[in-house]
Order: sequence, then C-alpha cells, then structure tokens
Amino acid sequence: MAASLHIAGIRKVFGKGAKAVEVLKKIDIDVAPGEFLILVGPSGCGKSTLLNIIAGLEEPTEGELRIAGKNVIGVAPAQRDIAMVFQSYALYPTMSVADNIGFALEMRKVPKAERLKRIHEVAAMLQIEQLLDRRPAQLSGGQRQRVAMGRALARDPQLFLFDEPLSNLDAKLRVEMRAEIKRLHLVSGITSVYVTHDQIEAMTLGSRIAVMKDGILQQIGTPDDIYRRPANTYVAGFIGSPTMNFIAGQASGTGDEAVFSFEGGELRLPCPTAGKVTLGQRPEHIHLDPNAAWRGEVILVEPTGADTYVVVRTGVGLITVRTPPSTQVLMGDVVGLSVSGRHNNWFDAQSGLRLV
Amino acid sequence: MIAKHLPRALIYGILLIAALLFLAPLYVMLATSFKDAAQIRSGNLLSWPNSLNFESWQLAWSSACTGVDCRGLKPYFVNSVIMAVPAVLISTAWGAINGYVLSLWKFTGSEVLFGFMLFGVFMPFQVVLLPMSQVLGYLGLSSSLGGLILVHCIAGLAGTTLFFRNYYTAIPKELVNAARIDGAGFWRIFFRIVIPMSTPILMVTLIWQFTNIWNDFLFGVAFSGADSKPITVGLNNMANTSSSVKSYNVDMAAAVIAGLPTMLVYVLAGQYFVKGLTAGAVKG
Repeated sequence: MAASLHIAGIRKVFGKGAKAVEVLKKIDIDVAPGEFLILVGPSGCGKSTLLNIIAGLEEPTEGELRIAGKNVIGVAPAQRDIAMVFQSYALYPTMSVADNIGFALEMRKVPKAERLKRIHEVAAMLQIEQLLDRRPAQLSGGQRQRVAMGRALARDPQLFLFDEPLSNLDAKLRVEMRAEIKRLHLVSGITSVYVTHDQIEAMTLGSRIAVMKDGILQQIGTPDDIYRRPANTYVAGFIGSPTMNFIAGQASGTGDEAVFSFEGGELRLPCPTAGKVTLGQRPEHIHLDPNAAWRGEVILVEPTGADTYVVVRTGVGLITVRTPPSTQVLMGDVVGLSVSGRHNNWFDAQSGLRLV
Repeated sequence: MIAKHLPRALIYGILLIAALLFLAPLYVMLATSFKDAAQIRSGNLLSWPNSLNFESWQLAWSSACTGVDCRGLKPYFVNSVIMAVPAVLISTAWGAINGYVLSLWKFTGSEVLFGFMLFGVFMPFQVVLLPMSQVLGYLGLSSSLGGLILVHCIAGLAGTTLFFRNYYTAIPKELVNAARIDGAGFWRIFFRIVIPMSTPILMVTLIWQFTNIWNDFLFGVAFSGADSKPITVGLNNMANTSSSVKSYNVDMAAAVIAGLPTMLVYVLAGQYFVKGLTAGAVKG
C-alpha cells in the first residue's frame, strides 16, 4: 500500500544557545504515493538528519510530518509503519538471515507459519534462499545488502527509507544493486525516500530528486527537470558528470542582435536580462568547431570508451567538451569552441539563481 | 646445530624456572596438606609427603576447631556460596544494564554520570566502611548475608558498568535504530540483540566479580555476624587460633579449599577471559 509523505516547515537545531547549529532550515517536501524521492547533497547538508526525522529516530525542532495523512510527530519509529535500509546494513550479528528478515514480523506478533512463508517469499524475490541459515558474518557485502533489503521488504511497510545503502559496495555491485532497488520499487510500488551523495544514483533511481545544501532545499523536481533546468549554479554543478561549464560574462539582453561577451570570446546568444551573468553549458552542448572565434588550448583528452572528454583552457577557465570517440585532437592543440544555443542555462552572476 | 637452538633452549629454560618458582607455593600447600604431624615437625618444607594422608582435609572441611566451634570450614564455605552467587549475578546483570544505557541510550548528563561512576572503580573501600555500616544498620541488614550481598553488589557495580559500557560502545548505533524501527523496545533490544553479542564480556565480568567477592576479606570481616562469616574470615580465624599446637597440614588443606572455587571458575571460563579482554570491535 503506497502512502503519501508530507513534510512541512521542518527545522532541526542541534545544541543550545551560542553553540546551536541549525542543520535543517524549513524544509517543505510533498511525496506522492508510490513516488521514489531522492535526497541528494554533499555530506553535512542535513539529508540524513531529515531521513532520521522521517523515521522517528530523531525529533524535529519544529515542523509538520505526515505519513498517509496521519501526523507522526511524537510517534515511535515502530508505530510509523516504515522500513529502513542502513548504510552499514545493521544486520543483527547473532541471528540467522531468516531471523533477521523475520525479526520485525516477530516483534509484531505475526504467527510463525505466516512469518516463515513471508521470509521465503522475500528470500525468493532477492535470490537469497540458500543463505537463510547463515549468520551475517558469513555473507559477502552484496549478500548482506540483499538481506538488509529483505528485512525491509518483509513487512510490506507504507514507506521505505534508504540511508546511502550502496556506498559500502564496490562499483560493479553498486550498479547491480541499483538496478535491483529500482526493480523492487517498480514491483512493490511502495513510496520510498532514498538518501545518497551519488548524483548518478540520484538520476537513475529517482522519480523526483531533492537537492540539499547547508540544510536548505535547493531544488526539487524530476531528474530531467533538475538536469535541464537547474535552479541555481549549485544544483547545476552538483548534478551531471562531468560537471557543467560556467562562463562568466556580460550579456546585452534579448533580441536577434544580442551578444554574450566574456574574456577571450563572445557568443551571439540572447539572454533574459542584460548585465553581468553566468552561462551554464553542459559538456554535451559545447562543440569543437574549427571555424569558431572562441579558442583555447587542449590540456587533457579523456577517452571513456563511449565518449571522449576534451578539456580546453580558455580565457574564462577550463571548459569540458563531450566529443565522439573518433575525435582526433591532441594535448596542446588549439581548438575553436561553439555552443548549440538551445540549451542555455543563464544564472545571475551575484546570486547564482537561474534567470528565466 | 647447538648454536642455532641455544637461544630457544635458553628461553624455555628461563620460562621453566619461572613456572617452577610460581608453582612452588602451591606445591608446598598441597604437599604439606598431605603430610602427617610427624613429618611436618621434621622440618623439610619441600620434601615429598610420605603418605597420601587425607585426614587433614577432612578435619579442615568438617571438624577443625576455631575456638570452641569445631565445625571446620564447611559453614563458612556455605556462607560464601550463599553470598557470592547472588552478588555476582546481580552486580553483573546490573552492570550490563548500566553499560547498555550509558553506551546505546545516551541522555543529557549520561557522560557525567559515567564519570562519577568511574570514581567507584578507583576509590579505596576502606573509605566507605563506616558510612556503609551505618546504612546497613538503617536497613536492618547489619551482620547478615543479605547485607554482605548488598555491599558487594554496590562495590562491584562501578567495575561491571565500566566493563559493559566500554564493550557496548563498539556496537554501532544503527543496530539499535534498526531494531527500534523493527518494533523492538528497550528491553527487547537488550535481551534479543545486545545480550547474545555479549558472551566474552559476560564471562570476563563473571570471573572478575566471582574472584573479587569470593576472595574479599575486608567487607567480610567488617560487616558479617557470628553466623554470616565468609570463608576468607573463617580461614583466617581457624589459622590464627592459637589454642593448641599449630597444625600446618590442616591450615594448608583449608587454604586450598578456600581457593578451589576461584581456580575452578578460571579453568571453566578462563578461555573467554583472554578473548574478552582482547575482543575488539563487534562487527556485524
């Protein structure tokens, strides 16, 4: 059963008086039933604290929190009908895998026969049936991760919470488990909140992404929204790899004759306002163009197989360009750069906010 | 060949001598306890007993005299068991709960409280003798085994709390959080998750407390009455009554009897002692 999640005006202050630290500053998020919400941001941005508040492991200093329309402030974690997957998995070391998965059911006095049936269902879903008698210490990292998922799935909760569940896995397993989590969400349809600092996880898993920094919600939107229309330079730089190029310069305004000029070049681009602005361009929207007037020196060529990233030193700093792998450029070459002009992200030079 | 093995032989030689030196008192005690009065008078402390004579053991256990009381060590031994078993169990359980709270359910001021409890570990117990006897008086527990049990529980609590608290600090907080979300409360988490992880530290604490309480003389002599003297006090009284000729064989047998339970506990649970003391982080 999918439930909605309503977060309104949540503040969290640690400490008192002069030593008080405000880690969450008025967070408002609404999650629709069945949604997969990603909380993403650098360490210390407050995303884990927000997750702990949703779980009931910490109480907010002020604000409103509703799961399926029901106020849960002051309600114990066990009564919130949630399940959580932890970064360290937090498996009970002295219990077998089966007992780990069944523990929450046992605490809720589910009869033993029903419990065993559910444990086997979940184990089958996660392909860990052959591990049910083992102890957590006898499992590999990936297997522990699956057991932790199984423990959360067993109860069929209203809300799934994930606290950086993949960060202890190696790269290959991480990709595998990422796909697994996505599959399980599609199958179960349970509303999920997923905390990560990995923007690729955020982009691939989320139906919506909430980008946080310093306890403030920077932007919330679909992955496509966040990627194409970042609300400020912070979000623009955080999401996307390699990161977005920022070009600081002077815009003349709208109209056909509009020019955006900057150190070492100018582009014929209309800008919503005139004056000092920053242009954001993703590496795939800048091209190597032998005829372009804007020029720079290639200082790095990074082939990744599917694409080759060319880093060019220009008057406004380093610019990364995504090119096809067939590109023939060498370090030290002087190349011209042009932009397609359809994917311009304009930001105010001072505040860093998106200009519309 | 010889030069190659010499260092090793030297090490073993020194270890052997050290072992003999440490075992010598035990040997003298055992050997003397089996000797008869005549052989003891002949004066050779280290000589092998002429015959395996259990008479002094029997005397020490059930009929040696302390003054006019000729019931041997048996009543004192029974007193010690009645005192030590509940005192060890209560102080260990109490310490485990304290340690659980102070490491996994921290509250405002819990660190300060723990700091104060540490005082108890380092405080010489002579300091509390007088106030403690007053408290026992108020409670109506003076000169009783119940009073001794209470005193040992309180005296041991600081140490047992320290043991458990430091052991439980290594348990990740996420484990408790996971259990809370799963629906387990304070006691369920303690009994189902924390206690099953505690075998090594439980063993260490049980051995530690049993040895301390069984071997205690100070509280035993200060707070016991005529019928509640523990074995350490009984042994002392028996060996120090100078009504007749000193029977060293009986004294030695009595001393071995008094020390036997602690040795037994070490033999049975000793392997956990080293494991527990060297146990590092608890990993899931």
